[in-house]
Amino acid sequence: MTLTAETPRPSATAAAGRARRGRLLPRVAPYLQAAPLTVTLLLFLLVPILTIVAVSFWDYDSVRIYPDFVLTNYVELLTSPVTWKTYLNTLKYAVLTWAITLGIGFTVAYFLAFHVRSTTWQMVLFLVCTIPFWTSNIIRMISWIPFLGRNGLLNSGLISAGIIDRPLEFLLFSDFSVVLAFVHLYALFMVVPIFNSMMRIDRALIEAARDGGASAAQTLWNVILPLTKPGIAIGSIFVVTLVMGDFITVRLMSGGQSASIGLMIANEISLLQYPAAAANAVVLLAVVLIMVVAMLRVVDIRKEL
Amino acid sequence: MTDTRTPSKPSNSVAGVSRRTLLKGSAAVAGAAVGSGAITGFPTIWAQNIKNVTLRQFGTGVSNLNAVADKVKEDLGFTLQMTALDSDAVTQRAVTQPKSYDIADIEYWIGKKVFPAGVMQPMDVKKIKNFDKIVPIFITGKLTPDSAIAQGTAPHTVGFVEGKDSTKFAKAPTDWMTLIPTIYNADTLGIRPDLVGRPISSWTDLLDPAFKGKASLLNIPSIGIMDAAMVCEAMGEIKYGDKGNMTKEEIDKTLKIMTDAKKSGQFRAFWKTFDESVNLMSSGEVIIQSMWSPAVAAVRAKGIQCVYQPLKEGYRAWGGGLGIAKHLSGLELEAAYEYINWYLSGWVGAYLNRQGYYSAVLDTAKQHMSADEWAFWMEGQPAKTDILSPEGKVMEKAGAVRDGGSFQDRMGRVACWNAVMDEDRYMVRKWNEFIAA
Repeated sequence: MTLTAETPRPSATAAAGRARRGRLLPRVAPYLQAAPLTVTLLLFLLVPILTIVAVSFWDYDSVRIYPDFVLTNYVELLTSPVTWKTYLNTLKYAVLTWAITLGIGFTVAYFLAFHVRSTTWQMVLFLVCTIPFWTSNIIRMISWIPFLGRNGLLNSGLISAGIIDRPLEFLLFSDFSVVLAFVHLYALFMVVPIFNSMMRIDRALIEAARDGGASAAQTLWNVILPLTKPGIAIGSIFVVTLVMGDFITVRLMSGGQSASIGLMIANEISLLQYPAAAANAVVLLAVVLIMVVAMLRVVDIRKEL
Repeated sequence: MTDTRTPSKPSNSVAGVSRRTLLKGSAAVAGAAVGSGAITGFPTIWAQNIKNVTLRQFGTGVSNLNAVADKVKEDLGFTLQMTALDSDAVTQRAVTQPKSYDIADIEYWIGKKVFPAGVMQPMDVKKIKNFDKIVPIFITGKLTPDSAIAQGTAPHTVGFVEGKDSTKFAKAPTDWMTLIPTIYNADTLGIRPDLVGRPISSWTDLLDPAFKGKASLLNIPSIGIMDAAMVCEAMGEIKYGDKGNMTKEEIDKTLKIMTDAKKSGQFRAFWKTFDESVNLMSSGEVIIQSMWSPAVAAVRAKGIQCVYQPLKEGYRAWGGGLGIAKHLSGLELEAAYEYINWYLSGWVGAYLNRQGYYSAVLDTAKQHMSADEWAFWMEGQPAKTDILSPEGKVMEKAGAVRDGGSFQDRMGRVACWNAVMDEDRYMVRKWNEFIAA
């Protein structure tokens, strides 16, 4: 990319003075253009992460942290059954949420992209999907609590309809409510990239498939799905990283009865155990990165875009 | 954040004189003093300048009330900025950002963590006018000369340090106090009498299978573990040496019992904030839980029955106080002392008593309360007239009696104090295992 900027080939016949004056600038320009982002990333991403990595090897007591190099934070973290249980639990949430949002996201995007014919309506309906995002995450989540509660709207509705005779307890403060809230919060992150990919599919390909005698299911499986893979991958990265790092949804919707890694870190921070929290964060970062790399292995986003 | 103490920010001036005239006045006095060669730092001159001081106070929501800040402005003339945070955030801020506050309004068990970090300065008791009238619990640990000292981080054990620059807690009272006690109370279980369906008399009722899926516990480890210990001891399962300073074995046993209860579905939820506990109770998700007295009042204010049930094993108590940040000196330090003296002089005490808490100096608070109020809140007698909240709303109708009876009955039956244990780190790890189980 830098090469094209460096060689002012088209202006070879230009006046020598102008060329000499411009020789330095074209060479520096791309670096200058990249500089703001580089500096920002260094300052606000790399430096904090390196700090976290460094602190994760420090020692601490109930009040202070001591610069040191100890492995106890990692040893305590990795040998504790709680950690493994919590990771499993968080992965369970991530997988469930991923599968459900993928199903919903794909269906909604398919409907928008292939069933709605007019572009205006596509855009209108797409905007409708974003309406829930006009309020804050927390408010959308909390509003589930009175709805699902023991004496909540759903339970009292079912009881008065005569469908059940005692309130359903699993609706709130359970894995069910946690996954429900996650799906509610993050489904749009699947819809948008998948819809975007679908809109780029050349309609001629689908026509060709139909002409070639493919059934609707075959078209979906052999033509549309492979071509929407980048969208699915991007959506999955969004959903999985969001769920893996979340702590407030799990705390509120499980009534504090379930744990997630984010919650573990938040607890450690609130008890001033920064080194332990840092070690936990490093492990979480590694796990999430591995998951993202694995997803990118399946789909080569760069090629598809 | 950095320079809030400069004389700026005209606050909603309650005093009759405007800020500008005050500033002019003090400048003139200072000028005259310089002119006459009398500038020796006399309190009289400081008393003028004190009006330009802004003190930054932070602490938990219970006592960081705007009404107090307004009254300080009115009575003392200087500005008090209040920041209310939750217990965990208070601990963090106190230790990691000592320059960001002048006065820390913290609980004693937090003080046990904060003071050794060397971010606070001990207070000279000779400068505390009402020191002799402070409730003896905070000085000797005993309410009356013959009462037993409760377990846990009892305030008197972390109330004094050995010297002016020491961070080591003293065994007996010295001239250097860590926190000036301001507010305290005895906590117990909150219940919904309309839903539990039977009298509740013991901490064991929290784990009664009859309340399966309808109980809750608070998820602040240092406090939750004490509630759990009260339950386990009442069940007769564990005999603790000191509930507030458990051995690893005791921690394991306690949390084993709680984990088993959790696995069998005893708990509906764990709460961490005041609002959560109120919502759990008022929505009927939970009918018995560890609770704080103002949360009980908040549920009752919604017209829902809720009782702060005295239990036969006694109470779990907590206390808070005001401490001064290490960096404070000169005029600001004088202002801080003046504020603390004012705090104990009665107005705030009455304000806190009217919320169901207790004030550290009872004599002065009494002077600011009506005889009927005093009888209701402090002597456990039925109210003769309607009892009003500090804001003037009716809290209890005439004839009501406060939960738990008189001051002596409540504070005399404290079984343990919120605590920080020697095995704190281990306890927290085990607590997290319990929550994740």
